[in-house]
Amino acid sequence: MSMRTRNNVVVTGREDGPVLLLAHGFGCDQNLWRLVVPALAEQYRVVLFDHTGAGRSDLSAWTPERYGTLDGYADDILALCRELDLTDVVLVGHSVSAMIAVLAANHEPDRFAKLVLLTPSPCYIDDDGYRGGFSREDIDELLEALESNYLGWSATMAPVIMGNPDRPELGEELTNSFCRTDPAIARVFARATFLSDNRADLAKVSVPTLILQCSNDAIAPPEVGQFTHEQISGSALVTLDATGHCPQLSAPEATTAAITEFVDSP
Amino acid sequence: MIREAGESADRGSDADPAFSALLEDSAEDLYENAPCGFVSTLLDGTIAKINATLLGWLGCTREELVGRRRFSDLLTVGGRLYHETHFAPLLRMQGDLGGIAVEMKTADGARLPVLVTSKVKTSPDGEAQLIRTTVFDARDRRAYEQELLRARNEAERERDRVDRLAKTLQRTLLPPTLPDVPGMQVAAYYHPASEDQVGGDFYDLFPLTGDTWGVFLGDVSGKGAGAAVVTSLARYTLRAAAVHDPDPVTALQTLNAVLHQEFHGPEPRFCTVLHGHVRPHDGTGATVTLAGGGHPPALLIRADGTTSFLEARGGQLVGALPVARFAAVTAVLQPGDTVLLYTDGLTEARTLGRRRYSEEQLRADLTGLAPTTASAVIHAVTKLLAGFGDGVEDDTALLAMSVPLQP
Repeated sequence: MSMRTRNNVVVTGREDGPVLLLAHGFGCDQNLWRLVVPALAEQYRVVLFDHTGAGRSDLSAWTPERYGTLDGYADDILALCRELDLTDVVLVGHSVSAMIAVLAANHEPDRFAKLVLLTPSPCYIDDDGYRGGFSREDIDELLEALESNYLGWSATMAPVIMGNPDRPELGEELTNSFCRTDPAIARVFARATFLSDNRADLAKVSVPTLILQCSNDAIAPPEVGQFTHEQISGSALVTLDATGHCPQLSAPEATTAAITEFVDSP
Repeated sequence: MIREAGESADRGSDADPAFSALLEDSAEDLYENAPCGFVSTLLDGTIAKINATLLGWLGCTREELVGRRRFSDLLTVGGRLYHETHFAPLLRMQGDLGGIAVEMKTADGARLPVLVTSKVKTSPDGEAQLIRTTVFDARDRRAYEQELLRARNEAERERDRVDRLAKTLQRTLLPPTLPDVPGMQVAAYYHPASEDQVGGDFYDLFPLTGDTWGVFLGDVSGKGAGAAVVTSLARYTLRAAAVHDPDPVTALQTLNAVLHQEFHGPEPRFCTVLHGHVRPHDGTGATVTLAGGGHPPALLIRADGTTSFLEARGGQLVGALPVARFAAVTAVLQPGDTVLLYTDGLTEARTLGRRRYSEEQLRADLTGLAPTTASAVIHAVTKLLAGFGDGVEDDTALLAMSVPLQP
């Protein structure tokens, strides 16, 4: 199966514009970009996709081995770039996809023109001399929260997620129509997301990078953005006056402006 | 019916005290002391308004929270992570969100499991203004759900354990790899009908004396642990019997006696089997002798494209009767000849037309391969099986032996 189908790739925007590849984070799918896509599409060729296991990707392509680490996701991004023949890509990675973007760019630096790391954290768990903001127990608590919220998940929902046209009536039963994830997949992705330590990968980044963070983010606090900025030499750091972990939803105009300014700068 | 404070209340019976109490129920009182928590926040989560019920549950004062804390501050850290990665983005996108299970932290450090429903209030021109949230005490429900989760996790663990056990057991019942037989090519394939059950098919190829090799392939009635016991017994009995007496018919009689003695009770167990030996002639051919006990005949594919079944006529099921009759057949393989042993999982599989595959069909399908080799035959039949998909209802074992054209 092609990556295009497998990862529900959507290409929009200016045909001749620079390529902006938007990678969503843990917890949702490409819908998360919906408020910034219209403005970005005026200038850029915007490429959206769902990570394998998320959104409307082909769930049968997901395996716990491949997607148990962030490398599996980074490989997918590189494969996607190859298949669509994308070059000089500006890769925008949100949340965990910021680190996935770092891994992809370190693997094939020539493929990417720039990186935008949106609310990144290279390591969520506190360590000697490093404050990620969380303890191992906190992450276990998140896994519990995931479990308790997936009691409502049932196998009959899977065809809806897969976009099964034969059973449209199922669509109406969904209370939360976005971002539903198979609990088994969410658990593995949560572990890969919150237990990864990519601090050592930051220094290897050779692509011009913007770190875009929120002034008030419970998941990636400002000092983590500062750390990321210090580790990636030559990187730019912009702090948006915004709350939460998803500035593309809570402050879409400011997010678009910051991305545009960075992409358009020489 | 609830009347707002200040509304006229001159209808109804003022004499009924219960009704009077109802009339005096104000919207304010209903908000503050509702049987659920209410909290309104700004779009950034800052608490703007909270009712007395929720304050009571949390053990906090209004002053501690209003304007000072965000909604996510009321949650456990794990709950906050969930809130930031799932709840908040979804609420932004959808405008409302219901039935989310989180845990709140109370002032004395306890955890309060709650169900949360939120809705974004918008101005008449569609601008989001604030978020209204109701909070339901979910202690009892959560305890029950935890119990369900625990049971499910335990069931999953148990299933994993059974899977592992079945796979391990299965492996011990089949040779890990076939030995090299000088002057011949040998290949085998095993297709379990179900991942989590030990199958009932077995085969083996093993050295006997000097230039002779023992070979068998069989199918035990039933599946699962019960069948595995018989498979194991059949395997070891045949190996021992083959060493003791080179005559395959004698070996089958020994197996028949052992099985019948062991399983003649209310749950008889029996098997069908082809058992025999093969003797290569220094690369110029090989002699194959097979005794049959109720098993489908081996298929011989000659180098020139002719095919035939090696019928050992009259062989009976092994283990079903106290004394059973078995017969043997011998064939000489020339260079380019191949003999295939198989179980009825193959010949009784349903084809895509949903008809049963058959021995005759197998023979017709493999005729075109000649001159062929053991590995090419196994490859071809494996492809056939894959083509049947879920039409393969039973375990299938295949074992092929050939004499190469050029030694």
